[in-house]
Amino acid sequence: MTVESTAARKPRRSSKRTSAAKTPQSSEPELVQLLTPEGERVEHPDYTIDLTADELRGLYRDMVLTRRFDAEATALQRQGELGLWASLLGQEAAQIGSGRALRDDDYVFPTYREHGVAWCRGVDPTNLLGMFRGVNHGGWDPNSNNFHLYTIVIGSQTLHATGYAMGVAKDGADSAVIAYFGDGASSQGDVAESFTFSAVYNAPVVFFCQNNQWAISEPTERQTRVPLYQRAQGFGFPGVRVDGNDVLACLAVTKSALERARRGEGPTLVEAFTYRMGAHTTSDDPTKYRADEERASWEAKDPILRLRTYLEKQELADEAYFSALDEESEALGKRVREAVRAMPDPDRMAIFDHAYADGSPLVDEERAQFAAYQASFAEEGN
Amino acid sequence: MALEKMSIAKALNESLRKALDTDPKVLIMGEDVGKLGGVFRITDGLQKDFGEDRVIDTPLAESGIVGTAIGLALRGYRPIVEIQFDGFVFPAYDQIVTQLAKMHARALGKIKLPVVVRIPYGGGIGAVEHHSESPEALFAHVAGLKVVSPSNASDAYWMMQQAVQSDDPIIFFEPKRRYWDKGEVETDLIPGPLHKAATVREGSDLTLAAYGPMVKVCLEAAAAAQEEGKSIEVLDLRSMSPIDFDSVQASVEKTGRLVVVHEAPVFYGSGAEIAARITERCFYHLEAPVLRVGGYHVPYPPARLEDEYLPGLDRVLDAVDRSLAY
Repeated sequence: MTVESTAARKPRRSSKRTSAAKTPQSSEPELVQLLTPEGERVEHPDYTIDLTADELRGLYRDMVLTRRFDAEATALQRQGELGLWASLLGQEAAQIGSGRALRDDDYVFPTYREHGVAWCRGVDPTNLLGMFRGVNHGGWDPNSNNFHLYTIVIGSQTLHATGYAMGVAKDGADSAVIAYFGDGASSQGDVAESFTFSAVYNAPVVFFCQNNQWAISEPTERQTRVPLYQRAQGFGFPGVRVDGNDVLACLAVTKSALERARRGEGPTLVEAFTYRMGAHTTSDDPTKYRADEERASWEAKDPILRLRTYLEKQELADEAYFSALDEESEALGKRVREAVRAMPDPDRMAIFDHAYADGSPLVDEERAQFAAYQASFAEEGN
Repeated sequence: MALEKMSIAKALNESLRKALDTDPKVLIMGEDVGKLGGVFRITDGLQKDFGEDRVIDTPLAESGIVGTAIGLALRGYRPIVEIQFDGFVFPAYDQIVTQLAKMHARALGKIKLPVVVRIPYGGGIGAVEHHSESPEALFAHVAGLKVVSPSNASDAYWMMQQAVQSDDPIIFFEPKRRYWDKGEVETDLIPGPLHKAATVREGSDLTLAAYGPMVKVCLEAAAAAQEEGKSIEVLDLRSMSPIDFDSVQASVEKTGRLVVVHEAPVFYGSGAEIAARITERCFYHLEAPVLRVGGYHVPYPPARLEDEYLPGLDRVLDAVDRSLAY
């Protein structure tokens, strides 16, 4: 596999693709695709993939369980158990494909929507829910799974990923770093600066942009006049657009970009062309700004359905497999539901913990004042 | 025993050299810090001796400098970044406030961010706009950051050593107009705590509290007041976050009067916080309200007018007189 191809097809956002199983022959931009929306395997001149039946079923299982977890979290928000949820619905292939391309020693810098990547890294799904319930701001150990904390400020983490990758190169390691961000973030200065820094220092980082077409209510047209993957060229590294709803293509393209980074050839921008099927978050109302027809057109490109079609056609999975997976999904949903409901509020004194690593006399003083204030109520009660 | 007389600039340079020499994880990053040695030559000669991998010329992008330093810290490095001038830190303000200051707490203590952000600050050098500001309160207000400023060569050397060893992010304000002031540096001593104030002149009638470039002005004012028979104590706060209120309190309990002096605007400045805390702690010891001397609530003026804006000897003495008149 190589990533020399920067060819990609212009997006056709409202028309259903009917002849996707064609290899691009012209100079017309094309997105890399290995599995069509109809579930047919197609070849690409620059990217190949050869997976066992187990591996294919594994990708399918990852996507199904991630979607189930996501649906449970949305439901938990509606039930008042979570304050907010940012759904990844529709972006499962982009996240599982790129997430499964990673090695254990690679490092991930996510936004706040990379629940599928977290799954691939072995982060327990319930860990992701603490910040959305409001019991912490993240709180997991990033170094346990080489999966950094969710970053809410748009685009900030692309610089952290670049710095981390500069450190990897200094250490002489052959690990790679991947920075996730979205089409909205592509307008942020930090993202442009991360492109500059990673290029001039030749840092082993992959910029994985999930272009889900919407930054809350603003379409991609409000962020850019050129296809996003083409931005890379101006910074001096390759960009490639991949069908973000094709888990096989996302896996192949990301793997290729990671290998390029490992070889010391520097950064790559991957634009995963996908769609945010749900709202921006549970606080959002997309009916105010986008048409139902658009969503319907993307439903036909569903990432899970196309892989299921392929597995069935190729007889790589039978009804027993699918029903067992359904049971596993429901068990996951139940486990998440119970874990969230049992998640206690932190002790009130915890607000003073961890403001500083080496402590601070000011925080100590305020902690003592707060404790004394609270204790005064206990005394009154006696 | 190694006692040497050197400028603040040289003391910082020696301290950075020692940090690079002692810990292979220490890095220096910034604009022009390599061959040029920085626009103030604070990193002079360091790239030559430690290489381009450890003394790193960066693209001209302050957010990128701090953001990548955060990433390097997450990888186990201890970056010391240079912001070229005070007024240029604001593109990095987002990374400093939303990421550098909060990431340790976000991880519930599981990761540390040992990053030092060096900022030459303050006026008095006849510069163009954005080269003379004192934005320390904007950083001191942010939980998760520690903010310090040395006033002399010995502190420059030792406070930098301690800042590099700190596991918390430190905003290190360097008094740029004092860079060439010389003082004795004892490089073998065991320094006191980084965030403790120092009594740099003892007195009994009034306390002047200052930091960075204003300590020298306060010492001159105290000497001038002495000629009029007034005994002024001068405290060098050294740290604007946390502030060593205990030392200020002890001094004010002795003198009964406090004047806080800084170049930064008085409005919402660190003097306001000190005045409020000391009034609360020392209410029955105070003979006069806590007074403040500092910049005005205007954009930093053009160089030809900066002496009108900056607190000088006379304005400090005027405040001393006003306090003693109560």
